Amino acid sequence: MTAELGQYCLLLALLTAFFQGTLPLIGAARGQRLWMESAIPAGRAQFIFLAIAFCALVNGFIENDFSILYVASHSNSALPLYYRIAATWGAHEGSMLLWAFILSGWTFAVTLFSSGLTPIFRARVLGTMGLISFGILLFIQWTSNPFLRLIPMPSEGHDLNPLLQDFGMTIHPPMLYMGYVGLAVAFSFAIAALLGGTLDAAWSRWSRPWTLVAWVFLTFGIVLGSWWAYYELGWGGWWFWDPVENASFMPWLVATALLHSLAATEKRGAFKAWTVLLAIFAFSLSLLGTFLVRSGVLTSVHAFASDPARGLFILVFLAVVVGSSLLLYGLRAPVIRDSTRFTLLSRESLLLVNNILLVTASASILLGTLYPLVLDALKLGKISVGSPYFARVFTPLMTPIVFLAGIAAMVPWREGQLSKILRPLRRIVLPVIGLTIGLSVVTDGVSDIATLAGIGMALWLVATQGLSLWNRIQHRKSLSEGVSALSMSFIGMNLAHLGLAVFVIGVSLSGSHSEEKVVKLSPGESASIGTYRFKFGGVHTVKGPNYHAQEGRFDVYDGERLVAELTPQKRIYQSQKNPMTEAAIDPGLTRDLYVALGEPLDKDAWSVRVYYKPFIRWIWFGGLLMMSGGLCSLLDRRYRIGSRKALAPASARGA
Amino acid sequence: MSPRRRRMLVVSLILAGVGLAAFFGLTAFQKNLLYFLTPSQVAQGEAPKGHSFRIGGLVVKGTVRRAADTLDVHFDLTDGNKTVGVSYTGILPDLFREGQGIIAIGKLSEKGVFEASEVLAKHDENYMPPEVAESLKASGQMPKPPEGTTP
Repeated sequence: MTAELGQYCLLLALLTAFFQGTLPLIGAARGQRLWMESAIPAGRAQFIFLAIAFCALVNGFIENDFSILYVASHSNSALPLYYRIAATWGAHEGSMLLWAFILSGWTFAVTLFSSGLTPIFRARVLGTMGLISFGILLFIQWTSNPFLRLIPMPSEGHDLNPLLQDFGMTIHPPMLYMGYVGLAVAFSFAIAALLGGTLDAAWSRWSRPWTLVAWVFLTFGIVLGSWWAYYELGWGGWWFWDPVENASFMPWLVATALLHSLAATEKRGAFKAWTVLLAIFAFSLSLLGTFLVRSGVLTSVHAFASDPARGLFILVFLAVVVGSSLLLYGLRAPVIRDSTRFTLLSRESLLLVNNILLVTASASILLGTLYPLVLDALKLGKISVGSPYFARVFTPLMTPIVFLAGIAAMVPWREGQLSKILRPLRRIVLPVIGLTIGLSVVTDGVSDIATLAGIGMALWLVATQGLSLWNRIQHRKSLSEGVSALSMSFIGMNLAHLGLAVFVIGVSLSGSHSEEKVVKLSPGESASIGTYRFKFGGVHTVKGPNYHAQEGRFDVYDGERLVAELTPQKRIYQSQKNPMTEAAIDPGLTRDLYVALGEPLDKDAWSVRVYYKPFIRWIWFGGLLMMSGGLCSLLDRRYRIGSRKALAPASARGA
Repeated sequence: MSPRRRRMLVVSLILAGVGLAAFFGLTAFQKNLLYFLTPSQVAQGEAPKGHSFRIGGLVVKGTVRRAADTLDVHFDLTDGNKTVGVSYTGILPDLFREGQGIIAIGKLSEKGVFEASEVLAKHDENYMPPEVAESLKASGQMPKPPEGTTP
């Protein structure tokens, strides 16, 4: 019965979304208060309906209801409960439902925390969200219904892809979707501003925290995905420039640009139209990302041919969302005028450069991701773009960003004087260069320019952040007064930039100092990397809940000292009979030791992959720091709900 | 700064950014395009000389040979019409099996052996790389999917 209940609630949500997407917008256009206010109950009702529908599907998985086609295809009674629940969003239909559910969750949050908004503005925001939701729900109902029955009911399900049976992978999609869908709020705010034709400092103050939350989730989702790829895929890499990864990275880049541009819009009333455009792009890219990953178009454009309705719907929906919002932008953007001026040497200029670089990076990734698809769809040949392309385009674009991020905090808004900016910077240039060279000598073997530049950039960023923090504190009478006068958003910015520095260190060092060995080992034999010796102790069979595995044993010695006992596995899952590699990792702050079993060779010998990965954890740690920077900014006083100050003009307070 | 000069500045910044990106992008793009070829196409001499490309097909049963002490492995790849020998050093992916559809990235040697730097097999026993599936369909060698696996 639960499937029918879910189906019923899905239809109710669809209907509610229709009303939420039409009545408030008509009301706003005609000035009818009651119609505008209808957005709130409609948004809340939709949330409740979708919550029930989603729980119904989860329940289907918990109860092993294989009469539901989606459950039968993606679950199995031997699957542990935890993974059965996570299997709900393990494939296309369920993840689209999760998407819609999260969107309704964001809608619900907007209805709760929107008391500061004018009724007409709120009606437009919620109306736009209703329209998006209507489109997605129509898509689910029409082409991707997760509640379809399978008759006759099979006795056993087909099981979840073993790669997804892992903690990181279970929470990665919800986090990513929270980010993707959160950008729908920023998008709706932008559309509401375009509809109303006004875009003031209050608008950016409303829109900024929502964008921040979405960005925080998106960052977390991407970090989780990268971490998962590292330990689960058994290749020791943390980023593959795979189209699926690119799909999440493009909106992140644009959302990052949006955050920076919003800062200029809020503080200075600059780049208003550009900010709105970025909000539109960011959400369009998240829509594109969702569809690219889940619709099967990446496995093959011809996946569309097997289900033409799905492909057509996606294309039309994307065209409508992007086309109509750009049309609206074209009509209304001339009305939105920047209220300020700034000089070449100002924080505005630097933020503009940041934005251009981030958007260009995103565009070049888009080119590399979509070009093969377009070519294939036009039957012009089958090509793919190798990952070196992305790295080669991305690095030169990001280097100036890291460099300028250091300076930006010290350049004042509007107009800066070169001598004033350079004076404090001069003091840190030499120490940074000295420290970089010193470090490279100590850690020996930093011979290539790229690594040296990476470390230098990171140190530069750390030093400049420290300097700007010191400048802030120094201006006050006492140290404690200076510290307490720091705004949370300033600390947040520092944290996030520090995260960038940590990330750059991780990328540089793990990129240049990693060592890999692929060897054939018999029990008792060892493989050595640097001072580490991996001694193979043979393989025995172990049994898991829904798999059995060959488990290898490795004692890792540093010199004579035993530092780790690693037990990588080769699993065979019972229902799908697929072998899967489960790597074993000894994590550390400065290095990871990583072992993965290859294939059994003759007698007891195995092919084995061993890695030494220095500083690789810093990559994710940097990401988490950026994320906590975002969280920190969110706590800033001026975003407090119901804060009266939030209504005061932006220029009243300084940066 | 006057609005006009500022606008000029903005425009020139954008142009510089786009120009820079276009430069990096297109040079890198050109170098990293990988074409997909079937064994038949390789047999007809369509493979680019000295350039990497992707090849896809089914691993011919009984052709996988491993070296005694090294991780060198050799197997034949077919699309039903023609066969190309592939050599690889390292660990093959979990789902590499005889009869399985795979994709390999690498170069064609002088002797006509494909020297793979990477071998890919997707994580699904029914999976067939789309390119491979198409070339098999074209040659009429498409194997029937096992029963009861696709719900």
